[in-house]
Amino acid sequence: MQSAESMNRAPLFLLYLNVLIIASCGLVYELLAGTLASYLLGDSVTQFSLVIGIYLSALGAGAWISRFVDERLARCFIEVELAVALIGGASAPVLFLAFSSVGAFRVVLYGIVFAIGTLVGLELPLLMRLLKDHLDFEDLVSRVLAFDYLGALFASLLFPMFCVPRLGLVRTSLLCGLLNAVVGLWGTYLLRPLLSSRGLSGLRGRACLVIGLLIVGIIKADSLTTLAEEQVLGEPIIHAESTPYQRIVLTRNARGFQLHLNGHLQFNSVDEHRYHEALVHPALSSVKSPRRVLVLGGGDGLAVREILRYSSVESVTLVDLDPGMTSLADRFPPLAELSRSSLKDRRVTIINEDAFLWVGRPVGQVSNLPATSSPKTSETGQVENLPHEKFDTAIIDFPDPGTFSVGKLYSTRFYRMLRERLTADAIISVQCTSPLVAPQSYWCIVKTLESVGFQVRPYHAAVPTFGEWGFVLASAAPLPETLSLSPELLGPSRFLTDKILNSLFDLPPDLARVEAEVNQLNNQVLVHYYDQEWGAMK
Amino acid sequence: MTLTRRELILILLGAPALLTSGCSTAPRLPPAGELLGQSLEIGHRLRDGFRPQPNADQWQDVGVVIVGGGVAGLSAAWRLKQNGREDFVVLELESQPGGTSRSGRCELTPFPWGAHYLPVPLPHNRDLIRLLDEMGVVESLADDGSPVIAEQFLCRDPDERVFVDGEWIEGLYPATGASEEDFAQLAAFRKEIDRWSAWHDAAGRRAFSIPIRHATDDSEVLELDKLSMAEWLRQHGWTSPRLHWLVDYSCRDDYGLTAEQTSAWAGVLYFAARLRGPGTEHQPLMTWPEGNGRIVEHLASQAGARLKTGIAVARISGTPPSGDVSNQPQGASPRLRQTQPEASALRLMRNDGLEVLAFDTASEQPVGFRTKSVIFAAPQFLAPRLIDGFAERTGRSAEQFEYGSWLVANVHLSRRPRESSFPLSWDNVIHDSRSLGYVVATHQSGNDHGPTVLTWYHPLCDDNVKAARQQLLKAKWADLADVVLTDLELPHPEIRSLVTRLDVFRWGHAMIRPRPGFITSRQRREAALPDGRIHFANTDLSGIALFEEAFDHGLRAADEVLADLTPRP
Repeated sequence: MQSAESMNRAPLFLLYLNVLIIASCGLVYELLAGTLASYLLGDSVTQFSLVIGIYLSALGAGAWISRFVDERLARCFIEVELAVALIGGASAPVLFLAFSSVGAFRVVLYGIVFAIGTLVGLELPLLMRLLKDHLDFEDLVSRVLAFDYLGALFASLLFPMFCVPRLGLVRTSLLCGLLNAVVGLWGTYLLRPLLSSRGLSGLRGRACLVIGLLIVGIIKADSLTTLAEEQVLGEPIIHAESTPYQRIVLTRNARGFQLHLNGHLQFNSVDEHRYHEALVHPALSSVKSPRRVLVLGGGDGLAVREILRYSSVESVTLVDLDPGMTSLADRFPPLAELSRSSLKDRRVTIINEDAFLWVGRPVGQVSNLPATSSPKTSETGQVENLPHEKFDTAIIDFPDPGTFSVGKLYSTRFYRMLRERLTADAIISVQCTSPLVAPQSYWCIVKTLESVGFQVRPYHAAVPTFGEWGFVLASAAPLPETLSLSPELLGPSRFLTDKILNSLFDLPPDLARVEAEVNQLNNQVLVHYYDQEWGAMK
Repeated sequence: MTLTRRELILILLGAPALLTSGCSTAPRLPPAGELLGQSLEIGHRLRDGFRPQPNADQWQDVGVVIVGGGVAGLSAAWRLKQNGREDFVVLELESQPGGTSRSGRCELTPFPWGAHYLPVPLPHNRDLIRLLDEMGVVESLADDGSPVIAEQFLCRDPDERVFVDGEWIEGLYPATGASEEDFAQLAAFRKEIDRWSAWHDAAGRRAFSIPIRHATDDSEVLELDKLSMAEWLRQHGWTSPRLHWLVDYSCRDDYGLTAEQTSAWAGVLYFAARLRGPGTEHQPLMTWPEGNGRIVEHLASQAGARLKTGIAVARISGTPPSGDVSNQPQGASPRLRQTQPEASALRLMRNDGLEVLAFDTASEQPVGFRTKSVIFAAPQFLAPRLIDGFAERTGRSAEQFEYGSWLVANVHLSRRPRESSFPLSWDNVIHDSRSLGYVVATHQSGNDHGPTVLTWYHPLCDDNVKAARQQLLKAKWADLADVVLTDLELPHPEIRSLVTRLDVFRWGHAMIRPRPGFITSRQRREAALPDGRIHFANTDLSGIALFEEAFDHGLRAADEVLADLTPRP
């Protein structure tokens, strides 16, 4: 160790500032880990207790380890500083990623907390030993500890008041890391008299590298949450947003793009035509000259695209919960292209409301929510969708019944209310998950429709992205024995011909009917079936 | 003595809540809200001797006066009307009828202020089935007479969840971490309840039945009233803390008493009376966004203009009001007096008609009613205060009628809290809390997104009812709102940022308390007997606060009046 005679008073004061920054950053990492753990795991009391406990014990471990460092104290101090910068700085993004991809998330979490704690615990003893030749002992202890605790206070105020609300966890973590790294680099100048020339430039180079990495991290912070989702979804994300109702994510691969709602795949542009032709045409081609069509769900506009191919259709009313979904094509041009901007068609009225509430409203009563009808309709003052006029066709394209709030849309109560909205001989089609993966769920929907007086014709189609998919055609009046595509259907179909249309109704033996209960609001058996059957797949 | 915020939290939620809330001296309060409660001022004035005197033109003659527009009074009115008696009035002190079944309303949804569900009645409860049918709730009757309830009135699944160990789980039983022994005791408990649900006496009456008038009076069953529910569990060797919690929660929920305070008779009734028989599930629950306020609304609409709100009854007396009641046979039992119809006071009450003196709180004018019959459908503790010469004439008092206080809050949220475990249900219970948790007003209407209203309940289970009531009535809105939010913060740390409004209702006399011995007490059993032409109807006469009991007493009292008014051949 070199003599420290050449260090003057001014850098000593700067070293106290150093202590302040180290203490602040250390506490911020601890708060970050605690907050993040309670965000991801819940139970904030337990998470914070554990994080604080592990962190404090790691501080002790670090302090104890410091006794084994007996030479090149200053260099070691800077190395530790850079390590804190890197591990602490990367902690939040790493933990977010780990949560979505690593099973043993808690191990990673507590490992990182322990590592940061140990390094921070090393810092102060090293610093105090560096300074001990320049100050008497009482002075040293009192000043270093005072700045240490002051730093903690500073951080605990800054974290909830500024960092979390303004920066978010990921940026806070990266910024603190950056601060640590800058202190480290600065230390190579401040402690220059204590550092050997050998390897100094290498040390500075590493400090710059850490700073560079963290700056890149900050620039990329926006896309980091997306990165975590990409690992789950398996494809690069091209658009992601969170609405009050759901997380909408679009991914793309070489062959096309995919829509995911809350992590569940809704369609793949490569083969969605199979799904939507199968969903729409059996119903619309069975109704003689469909005029007024109701679409429930289907906010992507792809079912409406198929419906608008019928020259007889005068109006389409689409009820979809999420305005973020029905306006997605505005923000994502490939969807507008795929749906042929169907939701902008003047025949289409969009109502953003929970279909359960909409369908249950007495006929003629206008929603108290601001109905976002398509601009063209309101501009021309057309009132095509008179509330009292009933629908002759309905296409029901809700998400799979994986939650209670969706399960209610497959209940007897819902179908009874729906019948009130339909003409006596209206025909509806319902998407009802995979009859191969979830036979009980599928037949539960069929049975529920039957129980409210619908006649049913179950059918299926192969959609490669989804696999074997199930639908059901239903009507209060008798359904036709054989179907043919309507002459009013314009343009070529890519999937259906008359022959294939009828073949959809031939169910192979492995899709044969199974026993299931009727899905009612007060039992929600469907959600339980679905959970069991799809849960078993995962 | 007014309590500080911290003292209130300590008393109402316990020490653990103080730890989580204690950090801040200026808690974040909702932007709006108010403190509501039963009308105390006029009640206290009357208690202190205020006696309005109507002028001659402020008197009216009416066939029957029903005092109290809660469920019992409105049910009595419903029965009278159904039997063609239209000349009655219902006098209700509050501005709104319904008593503890009242409800409120905001732009988004109606919400309850008290009772909020009704189990589907068993076939024997024909009157209640008839009422529900009239409300359009019953779709059809099964062969055995049990009602088929329209789906939209049955509590929508998921109906209940409990927050235990940092996570919401389905159902009410705190199964997280339960041992095999816990589950074995739960199964044994259910088996014992099943046994009671199958029990019949020689006359074919069930051990436990609702209304309790239909239940047996066999001593084997009534013995249970001698011990507490917690003792009863221990007598069976059941020590599982999870089972004790479940039973304790149920007692607090239904009676506002802990399992240690509740009569085992009442405790077992809660579980056994709602089973159709052994091996069956608990009867399904019916609910409405406004809770039982929906039934009140229907009953009130049937009473129409005969229901008069804001009318404080001051005195019920024989004609003339100064009638000499001094030469009463003192201390005679009601049964004894029934065998002595010549007693002068009784004759006075039977033949000379009654006067009901009241005060219209809106116009601040006295009003008087001359009538043949009175149905006293207010809580029993008011009978000695309002009925002239009641104690002297009947030898009865209401001393053993003990009423618990409740704190109820409606918490309006801008959106639902974000959660990851079992989803928001109708009933949401917090395991580590003295509150009962909350029900969600928008649940039954199928509204699963956006703003909502949570109705939060807290029964004050203190042994010293009076002291607890006084503390509750003195507390300030800000402090009570903070109690509510501190409790809700346990499962929902972000709740304070979501609240747009928080109203607090203090129920001073919310529920009759079925403590051991009360159900079988002579005082309770005799309280339903008429005092001359004054008939009694209120759920407290059953010793338990249930819609079915209030309804049953209302009908019985109405039937007594109808019998009085029917000329005997």
